[in-house]
Amino acid sequence: MREGRTKGGTWRRGCVSCPSIRAPKVPLAFSGGAMGSWQARPEQQHYYHQLAQKTGFSAEQIKNLHHRFRELSANGETISRAHLESIPTLAKNPIKKQIIDAFFDKRNQQEGESGRLEELDLGHFLMVMSHFRPPRHKSGEDERCAVRRQKLRFLFNMHDTDNDGTITLVEYRKVVEELLSKSGAIGHEAAKAIADAAMLEVASTNVPHMAPDEFYEGITFEHFEQILNGLEMESRMHIRFLDVDTSTVRCGKAGSTSTP
Amino acid sequence: MLARASAALLLPPLLFLAPRARASSDPAEAEEEREGHGHGGGGYRVVQWEWSYVQTPYVIAVWLLVASVAKILFQLSRRLTRVVPESVLLILLGLALGGLALLADDKQPYQLEPALFFLFLLPTIVGDAGYFMPARLFFDNLGAILTYAVAGTLWNAFGTGLALTAAHRLGVIDERVEAGLLDFLLFGALISAVDPVAVLAVFEEVHVNDTLFIIVFGESLLNDAVTVVLYKVYISFVEVGTENVQMADYFKGMASFLVVSAGGTSVGLVFAVILSLLTRFTKKVRIIEPLFVLLLVYLAYLTAELFSLSSILSMTFCGIGANKYVEANISQKSRTAVKYTMKTLASIAETLIFIFLGISAVDKSKWAWDTGLVACTLIFIFIFRALGVMGQTWVLNRFRLVPLDKIDQVVMSYGGLRGAVAFALVVLLDGQRVKAKDYFVATTIVVVFFTVMFQGLTIKPLVKWLKVPRSTSRKPTINEEIHERAFDHILTAVEDIAGLQGYHHWRDKWEQFDKNYLSKLLLRKSAYRKSELWEAYQKINIRDAISVIDQGGNVVNAARLSLPSVTSGASFPDASNVTSYLRENGSGVCLDLQVVDKVPGAKVEEETETHHVLAENLYKPRRRYQSHYSRHFMPAGEKERQDREVFQRNMKSRMETFKSGRHKRHKKERGLKKRRASDARDDGGDKPRRSIDRQDKDPVVIPVVSDEDDEFQCRRKEPETDDDVGITFVALKAEAPQKRPHSMTGAPPAADAHLPWKGGGAPWPPPCLSLEATKVIPVDLRQAWNQSISSLESVSEAAGSRAGASTRPASYAGAAPIAPAPLLEKNQEEEEEEDETVPLVPSRRPPVPSPLPAALAPGRHRKPRVYLRSLVTSPPSGGSEGPAGKGPTQL
Repeated sequence: MREGRTKGGTWRRGCVSCPSIRAPKVPLAFSGGAMGSWQARPEQQHYYHQLAQKTGFSAEQIKNLHHRFRELSANGETISRAHLESIPTLAKNPIKKQIIDAFFDKRNQQEGESGRLEELDLGHFLMVMSHFRPPRHKSGEDERCAVRRQKLRFLFNMHDTDNDGTITLVEYRKVVEELLSKSGAIGHEAAKAIADAAMLEVASTNVPHMAPDEFYEGITFEHFEQILNGLEMESRMHIRFLDVDTSTVRCGKAGSTSTP
Repeated sequence: MLARASAALLLPPLLFLAPRARASSDPAEAEEEREGHGHGGGGYRVVQWEWSYVQTPYVIAVWLLVASVAKILFQLSRRLTRVVPESVLLILLGLALGGLALLADDKQPYQLEPALFFLFLLPTIVGDAGYFMPARLFFDNLGAILTYAVAGTLWNAFGTGLALTAAHRLGVIDERVEAGLLDFLLFGALISAVDPVAVLAVFEEVHVNDTLFIIVFGESLLNDAVTVVLYKVYISFVEVGTENVQMADYFKGMASFLVVSAGGTSVGLVFAVILSLLTRFTKKVRIIEPLFVLLLVYLAYLTAELFSLSSILSMTFCGIGANKYVEANISQKSRTAVKYTMKTLASIAETLIFIFLGISAVDKSKWAWDTGLVACTLIFIFIFRALGVMGQTWVLNRFRLVPLDKIDQVVMSYGGLRGAVAFALVVLLDGQRVKAKDYFVATTIVVVFFTVMFQGLTIKPLVKWLKVPRSTSRKPTINEEIHERAFDHILTAVEDIAGLQGYHHWRDKWEQFDKNYLSKLLLRKSAYRKSELWEAYQKINIRDAISVIDQGGNVVNAARLSLPSVTSGASFPDASNVTSYLRENGSGVCLDLQVVDKVPGAKVEEETETHHVLAENLYKPRRRYQSHYSRHFMPAGEKERQDREVFQRNMKSRMETFKSGRHKRHKKERGLKKRRASDARDDGGDKPRRSIDRQDKDPVVIPVVSDEDDEFQCRRKEPETDDDVGITFVALKAEAPQKRPHSMTGAPPAADAHLPWKGGGAPWPPPCLSLEATKVIPVDLRQAWNQSISSLESVSEAAGSRAGASTRPASYAGAAPIAPAPLLEKNQEEEEEEDETVPLVPSRRPPVPSPLPAALAPGRHRKPRVYLRSLVTSPPSGGSEGPAGKGPTQL
């Protein structure tokens, strides 16, 4: 809806042209000894500051998320899969596994690596979380575009489980299947049909003229971007990072990135 | 006398609004008439003039006719309606009619009667709005809506009232207007509420984006509670007099606001629950399902009115609350019926309201004009509206993910239309107590006309000029739909991980609750099991199929995309059961294409022949349906098309049944079928391949069950069956045992193996109306296709009527006549289920490899077709599945 205002279709063109977002590469030594010193006030501030720069969260949000992080890790320094899996409210989420995978996916750390993380430190945690940060109110076209792309990339990575740059039909089916997994017996069959139809749709929108013996291998990121072009990401991939400690945080201060 | 009577006929509109007034003056007149006509003969009269007897319904009917015809007339000029909203035209028409009436009859005996408006016209509109309210959008924006509706309306009411008082004191408003503070506050209260009827009428033509629309419209609905309470409180204050109002009364006023709004809402919700529960049990009385919906929604309104709660709130929430469950419970046809009835009523009510507004304005007795009052009111309501919107938006934006920007605010301010509710309320005022009533009435009329006509006329250009994002009529694609759902879950998960209890968290909580308790309680079993995503998919699929058929262009494209077929193997790496694998892939072939495809092979030809016989000789194609099908001549509503589509799908599956019945005589065919049936039994638990019951959660339902359990009965009934449409499984069953060993081997005869449809799908090839399948029909074959469809329809009708089962699930009707009665009863639930699910059948395998265009067909089993990489790399692991076995998968 909102992007409709940008003279329709600008989005796509803009997005394609804008380079994929790159987080400022602050060489943070998260691992090892550096982490031990968090609790010291000045270092902590500094650390927060660095994180804030990297992830775009405000210091307060980071503080809250850090709080949550310690809650999850039982005051440890890192989070393992087991920690996330044991979150009770998550138990019923049909795509729980994928979400957790996404947290441990190095591709979402935006450092150009791929593979799996065994453990998450706060930096990683925040980095993944930052995909769900609402854009600044007064962000320009380019920035919006970059943010959108970043969010799409996150989604794409989530679907592309084997990291080969395409979402194959098998992978896509899996996604749909998991989305349907709660509806019992119908899930399998339906998922297949839906995923197939969806795939066909992608293929027909992106490669309208296929040679008879050509085949469609899977959804590439460009195609992915294209098919979700009509979706308003701005409101749909955001959550409001307010406060864990309700009293302390009021984001929405001038300049804060998180004005809901 | 005659002149008078004909005048009455010519101007029936005049009579309508005051039927009672008329009636009271009529007896004498009627008496007179009777005498006048009666003097001709003393005894029996051949023709009698019974005007007084039919008067009321007659006048109402004629009024409705006038309103409807007016709508047609307006549509004659596209240029006109593009610029001028219909509501404006209607008011103008009303003014004209009013003028006419004034000429014919000096006094204007009618106007928009509040009772008529509040009891009949308004509920139809609100009911429609509530029932079809986009619930998700509504609740996503509920915060904003409530703010504007409550805070905004209060602000407007007080602001306008106080400002008018001040203007009065300052002498801007003439002294003749005898009104004090309370009077002006009262007037402010009734004039400040945004009117749902006007908003709907105008915004529907403007097509602003959904968020903006839902906020303005939601506000107009929910502000009812505020308006009602303020109005009542002031009225009571005016009655007791300003000086007697005590402090406690203000608190009572506040309390009454809570009671009125919460009470109205809960009455609505209670009725929503009742309605949902009721529709759970209407399986046997499908025909009155729509009535239940209409009645209970209306009762929600009346009940709230009965307890002087907010009736609009009640009706709105009844509609919103019940919609989900009711839609799932009632049949597709009832859904359509409900929709059309509601829309028809709402539309006609809206038309009448605007016409009557126009007529009511032409009444000299009402025109107690005071320029000062009118001007001040117009200015103040506009200013306060704008200020209120700005202020509230500023606050709201701190909490909204997607802020409302300046342009939105302008549209919201400008879109604050006043309408018939204000008018009806002001007419209801007691002229004894509120001395300035006449001035208020005149002012209200002007305000309403100004907002509806001037603002309604200019809002379109304004929206265009401001480049307000419009709503796109584009429907979401399957991928978008999938991701919509995915977003919900992702966001919920992230909120959970981040330890936030945000909106998504609670929404998810609610959904859990709904799923675990409410749905179980309110949905019938068959509906309950269906997933939301699945339904969305179904809708999309149907829609796509239709659009594809409509366009008729994509034929070749789709044909190229055989990818899905391939992957079916990949998704079942464990496809050790070759037959099931084959069947699955084979069944991908589109039935109807086979009819026309020229495929080598004697068996195939045999089959084709049968199809031709089927298509051409058995049924008389109905032109009527064909024209339906070609859809180009009828601007069909979406629902209507869906309905039709569903019907066709049902036909399709019925045709399959039928066809297999026809095949009885082909031995080979039978053998295959047999095998299939036994296979289905073998791996039934695994994944039954029957295309028909695929949809069902318990896939084994109809055909298989009936086969096995009722074989005997079926056979007994065979004679009847034969001259009837013919049921599939009857004949098959009889021979099943002999052929069974075949199937046990697991590998189909090699000869058949490479014929995909033979391998698995032939006996029950999937109906090919599914998305891809339809796409695939070459243009030149469309004619044949259409014919087969139309012939199908005629069959279905015959079958349906014979079975006398108009309410029975269409898909089953074909089979029903022969099915033994006990079976029917036993399978009642399944039947039920099929009713809902059958339409899906084709969609089951939308991705089916498109049947080849005729040219490609010959190469079918030699030429490798399009594969998905995944399949190629991971062929089914089933050992017996050699390259030859894979043949069927390519299509």
